Amino acid sequence: VITAGLPTPAPVPSPETEAFWDATAEGRLLLPRCRACGYTIWYPRSMCPSCASTDVDWFEGSGRGIVYSVTIIHRGEGAYRESTPYVVAYVELDEGPRVLTNVVGCAPDEVRVGQAVELTFHDTGQGNALPRFRPAHREEDDG
Amino acid sequence: MSIRGKAFIAGAYEHPRREIPDRSVAQVHAEVALGALADADLAIDDVDAYFCASDAPGIGPLSMADYLGLRLSHVDTTETGGSSYIVHVGHAAEAIAAGTCSVALITLAGLPRAARNASRPGTRSAGFFLTTPEGTFEALYGATTVGMYALAARRHMHEFGTTREQLAHVKVAASHHAQFNPRALLPNVVTVDEVVESPVVADPLHRLDRCVVTDGGGALVVVSPEVARELPRRCVKVLGHGEAVKHTSGGRIDLTYTGAVWSGPRAFAEAGITPADIDYASIYDSFTITVLETIEDLGFCDKGKGGTFVLDGSLQAPDGRLPTNTDGGGLCNNHPTNRGGMTKVIEAVRQLRAEAAPEVQVPDCELALAHGTGGSLGTRMGSATLVLGQEDS
Repeated sequence: VITAGLPTPAPVPSPETEAFWDATAEGRLLLPRCRACGYTIWYPRSMCPSCASTDVDWFEGSGRGIVYSVTIIHRGEGAYRESTPYVVAYVELDEGPRVLTNVVGCAPDEVRVGQAVELTFHDTGQGNALPRFRPAHREEDDG
Repeated sequence: MSIRGKAFIAGAYEHPRREIPDRSVAQVHAEVALGALADADLAIDDVDAYFCASDAPGIGPLSMADYLGLRLSHVDTTETGGSSYIVHVGHAAEAIAAGTCSVALITLAGLPRAARNASRPGTRSAGFFLTTPEGTFEALYGATTVGMYALAARRHMHEFGTTREQLAHVKVAASHHAQFNPRALLPNVVTVDEVVESPVVADPLHRLDRCVVTDGGGALVVVSPEVARELPRRCVKVLGHGEAVKHTSGGRIDLTYTGAVWSGPRAFAEAGITPADIDYASIYDSFTITVLETIEDLGFCDKGKGGTFVLDGSLQAPDGRLPTNTDGGGLCNNHPTNRGGMTKVIEAVRQLRAEAAPEVQVPDCELALAHGTGGSLGTRMGSATLVLGQEDS
């Protein structure tokens, strides 16, 4: 969990989403999965929108995904007004769901549909963190 | 139960102003209500059903029935975002067919420009979205309204090769029509180059890919066949209606299509027609990409071919293949309180009554369509399709 260059507004956890947000403080992305049909659910909720079961549990996601779609915001609003240009994207997680997020850690115009990305957490200062993504670390960089 | 031919639009009225700093929201609802009733040659006492969405002040129909002095046997506050008023026409026809009412009033009004200039309440803040179940997972990333449509546009480009220039043709057609509408907020004709050279708001969408922000509103009066027969005014027959909600599907959102894939076929089937029969189309144009995806989803062309379809003046009246949004649409004319469904129906009514601007009137316009896309192309939307015909169709 690091401090972000972008604004990092705090979420408003509910009894339904408290576990998700608590885990972000430890740098873990919990995903809800239906125990009846196996569906990985997004956004987090206590009911499965695929089979209507309320037997939903959490598991830790891999934090890996690819960019499903991307936009560079040039006119920000509210807390983001002074942060342009920045990237908003849907990232398709390896587990299936497409999640709305920011892609950080590279120039905005370098982000491409289909690009591999990995999870990073930005501290909100309120006891939790905002999941964002950055270009995936390439193994050849290790060598 | 089919609503085909069971109800008629007898009155339609678009507020003439686009910036209204000197009125309350309820007052503008009242002005458009009286305007539509006058257009129908009916009076407030004739109204026995009222339809409104969340733009109505207070407790919607309770506050507005009180303000307007209505005595009602039927109310409906269906909220599907900017498409609500198209849904309301369908629901009014159903209610009339079921015999619960005979004169239904639908109103839309709001003052977003006035609110912006005077810091009045009336616009939803980020705080509102944080109270929704999805909000805390969507509202924290700086994803603006334009940005969410830009995500849809980018994915459409990725899958089908759609270009910025093709999207720009949608705006060019709207501006071509707007030059003949003296009330249009943006009456100047623009070129493809001007659209793609306008500032990028959220890549790949530019400033001129966006609809206008206007104060104002509109109203419709939907009546039973018995009432329609007695009116001097030429009415418009309701032939078919379809509605659908498309959402994020538990995280498997597909940004390349809209709920029109479901609402369109329902409306066409009820009307007993095909897309090829449509003479004029009002297609929700919050952004250029909204029109492009919807044209595909309603079956005017194959999926992915919208970018090609809109070239060569296809959307331009009177001679294009599919004359669309001949009032200038939300892109150039009016998008009152960020909700374009009402004006979509109103222009379709004008076309069927042969009362559109002469330069854009479709000759022998017998069948028209009005389609709404409320909510967002980037998350969840309420889609509504209405098929309308001439009174004796």
